[in-house]
Amino acid sequence: MLHRIIPILAAATLATTAQAGEVAPGDVKIVDGAIAASLTGEPGDAERGKAAFVGRKAGNCLACHVVTELLDEQQFHGEIGPPLDGVADIYSAAELRAQIVDSKVANPATIMPAFYRETGLNRVPDAFKGTILSAQQVEDIVAYLGTLKGE
Amino acid sequence: MGIPHLKKTVAAAALALACGGYAAAELRDDYVAVEPPNEDHPLTEIISGYEFRTDETRALQADDFENPGYLLLEEAMETWEEVDGAAGKSCASCHDDYEESMAGVGSTYPKVVDRDGEKVFTNIENQINHCRTEHMQADAWKYDKPDMLGMTILVRNVDRGEPVNVAIDGDAAPYFEKGEALYNQRVGQLDMACSNCHQDYYGMYIRADHLSQGQSNGFPTYRFKWSGVGSLHRRFSGCMKNIRAEPFSKGGEEFLALELYLGYRGQGLPVETPSVRN
Repeated sequence: MLHRIIPILAAATLATTAQAGEVAPGDVKIVDGAIAASLTGEPGDAERGKAAFVGRKAGNCLACHVVTELLDEQQFHGEIGPPLDGVADIYSAAELRAQIVDSKVANPATIMPAFYRETGLNRVPDAFKGTILSAQQVEDIVAYLGTLKGE
Repeated sequence: MGIPHLKKTVAAAALALACGGYAAAELRDDYVAVEPPNEDHPLTEIISGYEFRTDETRALQADDFENPGYLLLEEAMETWEEVDGAAGKSCASCHDDYEESMAGVGSTYPKVVDRDGEKVFTNIENQINHCRTEHMQADAWKYDKPDMLGMTILVRNVDRGEPVNVAIDGDAAPYFEKGEALYNQRVGQLDMACSNCHQDYYGMYIRADHLSQGQSNGFPTYRFKWSGVGSLHRRFSGCMKNIRAEPFSKGGEEFLALELYLGYRGQGLPVETPSVRN
Protein backbone atom coordinates (compact mmCIF):
# COMPACT_ATOMS: atom_id res chain seq x y z
CA MET A 1 0.00 0.00 0.00
CA LEU A 2 2.75 2.34 0.88
CA HIS A 3 4.77 1.72 -2.21
CA ARG A 4 3.92 5.00 -3.85
CA ILE A 5 4.36 6.92 -0.69
CA ILE A 6 7.63 5.65 0.49
CA PRO A 7 9.61 4.34 -2.44
CA ILE A 8 12.18 1.78 -1.55
CA LEU A 9 15.64 3.16 -1.82
CA ALA A 10 18.07 1.17 -3.83
CA ALA A 11 21.38 1.80 -2.20
CA ALA A 12 21.62 5.35 -1.00
CA THR A 13 20.44 5.68 2.52
CA LEU A 14 18.14 8.31 3.88
CA ALA A 15 19.23 7.56 7.33
CA THR A 16 21.20 10.39 8.73
CA THR A 17 23.55 10.94 11.58
CA ALA A 18 23.87 14.05 13.67
CA GLN A 19 26.42 16.64 12.60
CA ALA A 20 28.65 18.66 14.86
CA GLY A 21 26.77 21.44 16.62
CA GLU A 22 23.47 19.62 16.34
CA VAL A 23 21.43 18.07 19.07
CA ALA A 24 21.81 14.31 18.66
CA PRO A 25 18.56 12.30 18.56
CA GLY A 26 19.24 10.75 21.94
CA ASP A 27 19.80 14.14 23.54
CA VAL A 28 16.56 15.74 22.44
CA LYS A 29 14.28 16.64 25.35
CA ILE A 30 10.58 17.14 24.81
CA VAL A 31 9.19 19.22 27.65
CA ASP A 32 5.46 19.86 27.90
CA GLY A 33 4.98 18.87 24.27
CA ALA A 34 7.63 21.25 23.00
CA ILE A 35 11.29 21.52 22.05
CA ALA A 36 12.21 25.13 22.59
CA ALA A 37 15.56 25.33 20.84
CA SER A 38 16.47 24.64 17.24
CA LEU A 39 18.12 21.27 16.76
CA THR A 40 20.81 22.94 14.68
CA GLY A 41 21.13 26.10 16.74
CA GLU A 42 19.94 28.06 13.71
CA PRO A 43 16.54 28.90 12.24
CA GLY A 44 15.45 26.65 9.39
CA ASP A 45 14.86 27.67 5.80
CA ALA A 46 11.21 27.58 4.75
CA GLU A 47 11.92 27.11 1.06
CA ARG A 48 14.15 24.09 1.66
CA GLY A 49 11.61 22.98 4.22
CA LYS A 50 8.87 22.90 1.64
CA ALA A 51 11.00 20.59 -0.50
CA ALA A 52 11.69 18.30 2.45
CA PHE A 53 8.03 18.41 3.45
CA VAL A 54 6.89 17.33 0.00
CA GLY A 55 9.76 14.98 -0.92
CA ARG A 56 8.68 11.38 -0.96
CA LYS A 57 12.11 10.29 0.17
CA ALA A 58 12.26 12.95 2.85
CA GLY A 59 9.33 13.96 5.07
CA ASN A 60 6.68 12.80 2.61
CA CYS A 61 4.22 14.67 4.75
CA LEU A 62 1.55 14.79 2.04
CA ALA A 63 1.17 11.03 2.38
CA CYS A 64 -1.06 11.76 5.35
CA HIS A 65 -1.72 15.51 5.49
CA VAL A 66 -3.50 17.95 3.20
CA VAL A 67 -1.98 21.34 2.54
CA THR A 68 -4.38 23.28 0.36
CA GLU A 69 -1.76 25.68 -1.03
CA LEU A 70 0.18 22.71 -2.45
CA LEU A 71 -2.76 21.09 -4.25
CA ASP A 72 -1.97 22.79 -7.54
CA GLU A 73 1.55 21.40 -7.71
CA GLN A 74 1.05 18.11 -5.83
CA GLN A 75 -1.92 15.86 -6.39
CA PHE A 76 -3.44 13.33 -4.03
CA HIS A 77 -2.83 14.48 -0.51
CA GLY A 78 -3.50 11.86 2.13
CA GLU A 79 -6.29 12.14 4.64
CA ILE A 80 -5.32 10.13 7.67
CA GLY A 81 -3.61 13.00 9.49
CA PRO A 82 -5.11 16.41 10.20
CA PRO A 83 -4.92 19.05 7.43
CA LEU A 84 -2.07 21.44 8.05
CA ASP A 85 -3.66 24.60 6.69
CA GLY A 86 -3.20 27.29 9.29
CA VAL A 87 -1.18 25.00 11.53
CA ALA A 88 1.11 27.89 12.54
CA ASP A 89 -1.88 29.71 14.01
CA ILE A 90 -2.48 26.82 16.37
CA TYR A 91 0.98 25.56 17.31
CA SER A 92 4.26 27.23 18.11
CA ALA A 93 7.49 26.31 16.36
CA ALA A 94 8.57 24.55 19.55
CA GLU A 95 5.43 22.40 19.52
CA LEU A 96 5.70 21.63 15.82
CA ARG A 97 9.34 20.64 16.32
CA ALA A 98 8.36 18.19 19.06
CA GLN A 99 5.58 16.74 16.93
CA ILE A 100 7.98 16.06 14.05
CA VAL A 101 10.79 14.75 16.23
CA ASP A 102 8.66 12.19 18.07
CA SER A 103 4.90 12.49 18.04
CA LYS A 104 4.59 9.28 20.04
CA VAL A 105 5.66 11.12 23.17
CA ALA A 106 2.31 12.92 23.06
CA ASN A 107 0.35 10.05 21.51
CA PRO A 108 1.86 6.57 21.73
CA ALA A 109 -0.80 5.08 19.45
CA THR A 110 -0.22 7.42 16.52
CA ILE A 111 0.64 6.09 13.09
CA MET A 112 2.98 9.06 12.57
CA PRO A 113 6.66 8.09 12.48
CA ALA A 114 9.13 9.76 14.79
CA PHE A 115 11.27 11.61 12.30
CA TYR A 116 14.21 12.32 14.59
CA ARG A 117 14.56 9.26 16.75
CA GLU A 118 16.76 6.25 16.09
CA THR A 119 16.17 4.01 19.08
CA GLY A 120 13.31 1.77 20.11
CA LEU A 121 12.78 0.52 16.56
CA ASN A 122 12.49 -3.09 15.35
CA ARG A 123 13.92 -4.82 12.29
CA VAL A 124 15.44 -1.75 10.71
CA PRO A 125 17.77 -2.70 7.82
CA ASP A 126 21.28 -1.28 7.95
CA ALA A 127 20.49 1.04 5.06
CA PHE A 128 17.92 2.79 7.22
CA LYS A 129 19.72 2.96 10.52
CA GLY A 130 19.56 6.47 11.87
CA THR A 131 16.84 9.09 11.78
CA ILE A 132 14.36 9.61 8.93
CA LEU A 133 15.15 13.31 8.72
CA SER A 134 18.31 15.21 9.54
CA ALA A 135 18.27 17.92 12.20
CA GLN A 136 18.53 20.45 9.39
CA GLN A 137 15.52 18.96 7.59
CA VAL A 138 13.48 19.06 10.79
CA GLU A 139 14.30 22.73 11.27
CA ASP A 140 13.58 23.52 7.62
CA ILE A 141 10.18 21.82 7.84
CA VAL A 142 9.41 23.66 11.07
CA ALA A 143 10.18 26.88 9.19
CA TYR A 144 7.92 25.88 6.30
CA LEU A 145 5.07 24.98 8.65
CA GLY A 146 5.53 28.42 10.20
CA THR A 147 4.39 29.90 6.89
CA LEU A 148 1.08 28.03 6.96
CA LYS A 149 -1.13 30.67 8.48
CA GLY A 150 -4.79 31.43 7.96
CA GLU A 151 -5.89 34.22 5.64
CA MET B 1 -16.00 4.91 5.74
CA GLY B 2 -18.03 5.32 2.59
CA ILE B 3 -17.96 1.64 1.81
CA PRO B 4 -21.29 -0.04 1.23
CA HIS B 5 -21.82 -2.76 3.75
CA LEU B 6 -23.47 -5.51 1.83
CA LYS B 7 -24.12 -8.75 3.55
CA LYS B 8 -23.30 -11.99 1.92
CA THR B 9 -26.55 -13.48 0.81
CA VAL B 10 -27.67 -17.06 0.96
CA ALA B 11 -28.23 -16.86 -2.76
CA ALA B 12 -24.65 -15.84 -3.42
CA ALA B 13 -23.36 -18.68 -1.29
CA ALA B 14 -25.57 -21.16 -3.08
CA LEU B 15 -24.42 -19.85 -6.43
CA ALA B 16 -20.79 -20.21 -5.47
CA LEU B 17 -21.40 -23.76 -4.27
CA ALA B 18 -23.23 -24.68 -7.42
CA CYS B 19 -20.61 -23.25 -9.73
CA GLY B 20 -17.58 -24.67 -7.99
CA GLY B 21 -14.13 -23.46 -8.91
CA TYR B 22 -12.68 -22.82 -12.30
CA ALA B 23 -15.85 -22.22 -14.26
CA ALA B 24 -17.46 -20.11 -11.57
CA ALA B 25 -19.68 -17.25 -12.56
CA GLU B 26 -18.66 -13.63 -12.26
CA LEU B 27 -17.79 -12.43 -8.82
CA ARG B 28 -20.70 -10.56 -7.44
CA ASP B 29 -20.81 -7.11 -5.96
CA ASP B 30 -23.06 -8.29 -3.18
CA TYR B 31 -20.62 -10.51 -1.38
CA VAL B 32 -17.73 -8.18 -0.79
CA ALA B 33 -18.44 -7.76 2.90
CA VAL B 34 -19.56 -10.14 5.61
CA GLU B 35 -20.34 -9.86 9.27
CA PRO B 36 -17.64 -10.84 11.77
CA PRO B 37 -17.99 -14.30 13.25
CA ASN B 38 -18.30 -13.00 16.81
CA GLU B 39 -18.20 -9.87 18.95
CA ASP B 40 -14.54 -10.30 19.82
CA HIS B 41 -13.47 -10.08 16.19
CA PRO B 42 -11.26 -7.05 15.53
CA LEU B 43 -13.43 -5.78 12.67
CA THR B 44 -17.02 -4.58 12.75
CA GLU B 45 -17.38 -5.47 9.09
CA ILE B 46 -15.15 -7.69 7.02
CA ILE B 47 -14.50 -6.26 3.58
CA SER B 48 -12.70 -7.85 0.67
CA GLY B 49 -9.96 -5.89 -1.04
CA TYR B 50 -12.13 -6.29 -4.12
CA GLU B 51 -14.36 -3.57 -2.74
CA PHE B 52 -11.50 -1.07 -2.54
CA ARG B 53 -10.46 -1.41 -6.15
CA THR B 54 -11.69 0.28 -9.30
CA ASP B 55 -14.35 -1.04 -11.66
CA GLU B 56 -11.65 -1.81 -14.23
CA THR B 57 -9.65 -3.89 -11.75
CA ARG B 58 -12.75 -5.77 -10.68
CA ALA B 59 -13.75 -6.46 -14.26
CA LEU B 60 -10.37 -8.01 -14.98
CA GLN B 61 -10.72 -10.27 -11.95
CA ALA B 62 -14.22 -11.33 -12.94
CA ASP B 63 -13.22 -12.35 -16.46
CA ASP B 64 -11.70 -15.81 -16.34
CA PHE B 65 -10.26 -15.38 -19.82
CA GLU B 66 -8.57 -12.06 -19.08
CA ASN B 67 -7.58 -12.60 -15.46
CA PRO B 68 -3.83 -13.34 -15.67
CA GLY B 69 -3.97 -15.69 -12.70
CA TYR B 70 -5.84 -18.18 -14.83
CA LEU B 71 -2.89 -18.65 -17.15
CA LEU B 72 -0.93 -20.07 -14.24
CA LEU B 73 -3.93 -22.09 -13.14
CA GLU B 74 -4.25 -23.67 -16.58
CA GLU B 75 -0.58 -24.66 -16.52
CA ALA B 76 -1.06 -26.13 -13.07
CA MET B 77 -3.95 -28.24 -14.35
CA GLU B 78 -1.46 -29.93 -16.66
CA THR B 79 1.26 -30.10 -14.01
CA TRP B 80 -1.20 -31.90 -11.74
CA GLU B 81 -1.07 -34.89 -14.07
CA GLU B 82 2.66 -34.85 -14.77
CA VAL B 83 4.97 -37.34 -13.08
CA ASP B 84 7.94 -35.69 -11.42
CA GLY B 85 10.61 -36.99 -9.03
CA ALA B 86 12.21 -40.32 -8.18
CA ALA B 87 9.02 -41.84 -6.81
CA GLY B 88 7.41 -41.68 -10.23
CA LYS B 89 4.34 -39.89 -8.99
CA SER B 90 2.25 -36.94 -10.03
CA CYS B 91 -0.13 -34.95 -7.84
CA ALA B 92 -2.93 -36.99 -9.38
CA SER B 93 -1.28 -40.27 -8.34
CA CYS B 94 -2.36 -39.65 -4.77
CA HIS B 95 -5.01 -36.95 -5.05
CA ASP B 96 -6.81 -37.99 -8.25
CA ASP B 97 -9.40 -35.35 -9.17
CA TYR B 98 -8.46 -32.10 -7.48
CA GLU B 99 -12.00 -30.78 -7.68
CA GLU B 100 -12.90 -33.46 -5.17
CA SER B 101 -9.69 -34.08 -3.24
CA MET B 102 -8.84 -30.40 -2.73
CA ALA B 103 -12.35 -29.27 -1.79
CA GLY B 104 -12.21 -27.53 1.57
CA VAL B 105 -8.44 -26.97 1.47
CA GLY B 106 -8.14 -23.43 0.11
CA SER B 107 -10.65 -21.99 2.55
CA THR B 108 -9.15 -23.61 5.66
CA TYR B 109 -5.37 -23.23 5.29
CA PRO B 110 -3.05 -22.39 6.91
CA LYS B 111 -3.67 -25.07 9.50
CA VAL B 112 -2.07 -27.66 11.73
CA VAL B 113 -1.85 -30.98 9.93
CA ASP B 114 -0.86 -34.43 11.11
CA ARG B 115 2.19 -35.81 9.34
CA ASP B 116 2.79 -39.34 10.52
CA GLY B 117 1.91 -38.43 14.07
CA GLU B 118 3.74 -35.12 14.04
CA LYS B 119 1.67 -31.97 14.15
CA VAL B 120 2.90 -29.38 11.68
CA PHE B 121 1.59 -25.87 11.05
CA THR B 122 1.61 -25.30 7.30
CA ASN B 123 0.15 -23.30 4.48
CA ILE B 124 -0.67 -24.52 0.98
CA GLU B 125 2.73 -23.67 -0.45
CA ASN B 126 4.65 -25.50 2.25
CA GLN B 127 2.29 -28.46 2.04
CA ILE B 128 2.86 -28.68 -1.71
CA ASN B 129 6.59 -28.80 -1.12
CA HIS B 130 6.14 -31.44 1.55
CA CYS B 131 4.30 -33.57 -1.01
CA ARG B 132 6.97 -32.95 -3.61
CA THR B 133 10.00 -33.70 -1.49
CA GLU B 134 8.61 -36.50 0.69
CA HIS B 135 6.05 -38.29 -1.43
CA MET B 136 7.22 -37.55 -4.97
CA GLN B 137 10.92 -37.32 -4.13
CA ALA B 138 11.05 -34.32 -6.39
CA ASP B 139 12.76 -30.98 -5.93
CA ALA B 140 11.00 -28.39 -3.83
CA TRP B 141 9.52 -25.50 -5.71
CA LYS B 142 10.72 -22.03 -4.88
CA TYR B 143 8.27 -19.63 -3.27
CA ASP B 144 6.69 -17.29 -5.81
CA LYS B 145 7.97 -19.11 -8.88
CA PRO B 146 5.32 -19.90 -11.51
CA ASP B 147 5.02 -23.61 -10.67
CA MET B 148 4.36 -22.89 -7.03
CA LEU B 149 2.04 -19.96 -7.69
CA GLY B 150 0.05 -21.93 -10.24
CA MET B 151 -0.43 -24.98 -8.03
CA THR B 152 -1.36 -22.82 -5.06
CA ILE B 153 -3.91 -21.02 -7.21
CA LEU B 154 -5.29 -24.34 -8.43
CA VAL B 155 -5.81 -25.62 -4.91
CA ARG B 156 -7.34 -22.42 -3.59
CA ASN B 157 -9.48 -21.93 -6.68
CA VAL B 158 -11.30 -25.17 -6.01
CA ASP B 159 -12.76 -23.32 -3.03
CA ARG B 160 -13.46 -20.09 -4.87
CA GLY B 161 -16.65 -18.65 -3.48
CA GLU B 162 -16.41 -20.72 -0.33
CA PRO B 163 -16.16 -18.75 2.91
CA VAL B 164 -12.75 -18.53 4.52
CA ASN B 165 -12.89 -20.74 7.59
CA VAL B 166 -9.57 -21.06 9.39
CA ALA B 167 -9.26 -22.73 12.77
CA ILE B 168 -7.69 -20.60 15.48
CA ASP B 169 -8.28 -22.78 18.52
CA GLY B 170 -6.72 -26.02 19.72
CA ASP B 171 -3.40 -26.77 18.06
CA ALA B 172 -3.67 -23.59 16.00
CA ALA B 173 -4.04 -21.28 19.00
CA PRO B 174 -0.35 -20.51 19.61
CA TYR B 175 0.19 -19.73 15.92
CA PHE B 176 -2.85 -17.49 15.90
CA GLU B 177 -1.60 -15.60 18.93
CA LYS B 178 1.81 -15.21 17.36
CA GLY B 179 0.20 -13.87 14.20
CA GLU B 180 -1.93 -11.42 16.11
CA ALA B 181 1.11 -10.16 17.98
CA LEU B 182 3.05 -9.70 14.74
CA TYR B 183 0.12 -7.85 13.21
CA ASN B 184 0.26 -5.31 16.00
CA GLN B 185 4.05 -5.13 16.28
CA ARG B 186 5.58 -1.93 14.99
CA VAL B 187 8.57 -2.50 12.73
CA GLY B 188 10.93 -0.60 10.49
CA GLN B 189 12.35 2.87 10.48
CA LEU B 190 8.80 4.17 9.97
CA ASP B 191 7.77 2.23 13.05
CA MET B 192 4.42 1.01 11.80
CA ALA B 193 2.39 -2.12 12.44
CA CYS B 194 -0.01 -3.77 10.00
CA SER B 195 -2.78 -2.52 12.26
CA ASN B 196 -1.84 1.12 11.86
CA CYS B 197 -2.99 1.15 8.25
CA HIS B 198 -5.28 -1.85 7.82
CA GLN B 199 -7.14 -1.76 11.12
CA ASP B 200 -7.09 1.90 12.13
CA TYR B 201 -7.38 3.62 8.76
CA TYR B 202 -8.83 1.28 6.17
CA GLY B 203 -11.13 3.05 3.77
CA MET B 204 -9.02 6.20 3.87
CA TYR B 205 -6.32 7.42 1.56
CA ILE B 206 -2.58 7.55 2.10
CA ARG B 207 -1.58 9.79 -0.75
CA ALA B 208 -3.31 8.16 -3.76
CA ASP B 209 -3.59 4.74 -2.15
CA HIS B 210 -6.93 3.60 -0.86
CA LEU B 211 -6.18 1.59 2.28
CA SER B 212 -7.95 -1.74 2.39
CA GLN B 213 -8.30 -4.09 5.32
CA GLY B 214 -5.40 -6.08 3.89
CA GLN B 215 -7.51 -9.18 3.44
CA SER B 216 -5.89 -12.35 2.14
CA ASN B 217 -8.86 -14.09 0.51
CA GLY B 218 -7.75 -13.34 -3.06
CA PHE B 219 -4.14 -14.59 -2.89
CA PRO B 220 -2.16 -15.54 -4.85
CA THR B 221 -3.18 -12.45 -6.79
CA TYR B 222 -2.33 -10.68 -10.01
CA ARG B 223 -1.04 -7.26 -9.08
CA PHE B 224 -0.64 -4.38 -11.49
CA LYS B 225 2.34 -3.11 -9.55
CA TRP B 226 4.06 -6.47 -10.04
CA SER B 227 2.85 -6.93 -13.60
CA GLY B 228 2.44 -10.48 -12.47
CA VAL B 229 1.08 -12.94 -9.97
CA GLY B 230 2.47 -13.14 -6.47
CA SER B 231 1.97 -14.81 -3.13
CA LEU B 232 0.62 -13.41 0.10
CA HIS B 233 4.08 -13.64 1.61
CA ARG B 234 5.47 -11.55 -1.23
CA ARG B 235 2.86 -8.94 -0.37
CA PHE B 236 3.87 -9.08 3.30
CA SER B 237 7.46 -8.64 2.28
CA GLY B 238 6.60 -5.62 0.14
CA CYS B 239 4.68 -3.98 2.95
CA MET B 240 7.59 -4.45 5.32
CA LYS B 241 10.06 -2.99 2.84
CA ASN B 242 7.79 0.00 2.35
CA ILE B 243 7.97 0.83 6.03
CA ARG B 244 11.72 0.25 5.85
CA ALA B 245 11.70 -2.97 7.82
CA GLU B 246 13.70 -6.14 7.26
CA PRO B 247 11.12 -8.62 5.93
CA PHE B 248 10.67 -12.07 7.44
CA SER B 249 11.34 -14.97 5.10
CA LYS B 250 8.63 -16.26 2.77
CA GLY B 251 7.24 -19.53 4.04
CA GLY B 252 8.84 -18.94 7.43
CA GLU B 253 7.12 -19.20 10.79
CA GLU B 254 6.42 -15.48 11.18
CA PHE B 255 4.66 -15.05 7.86
CA LEU B 256 2.82 -18.34 8.36
CA ALA B 257 1.47 -17.08 11.67
CA LEU B 258 0.53 -13.77 10.09
CA GLU B 259 -1.21 -15.65 7.28
CA LEU B 260 -3.36 -17.46 9.83
CA TYR B 261 -4.22 -14.25 11.65
CA LEU B 262 -5.17 -12.60 8.36
CA GLY B 263 -7.30 -15.59 7.49
CA TYR B 264 -9.24 -15.01 10.68
CA ARG B 265 -9.54 -11.28 10.03
CA GLY B 266 -11.23 -12.33 6.79
CA GLN B 267 -13.22 -15.21 8.26
CA GLY B 268 -16.32 -15.67 6.14
CA LEU B 269 -15.14 -13.77 3.08
CA PRO B 270 -15.37 -15.80 -0.11
CA VAL B 271 -12.12 -17.17 -1.48
CA GLU B 272 -11.42 -15.10 -4.62
CA THR B 273 -8.19 -16.71 -5.82
CA PRO B 274 -6.86 -15.67 -8.24
CA SER B 275 -7.87 -12.07 -7.60
CA VAL B 276 -6.67 -8.91 -9.30
CA ARG B 277 -5.39 -6.01 -7.27
CA ASN B 278 -3.57 -2.71 -7.79
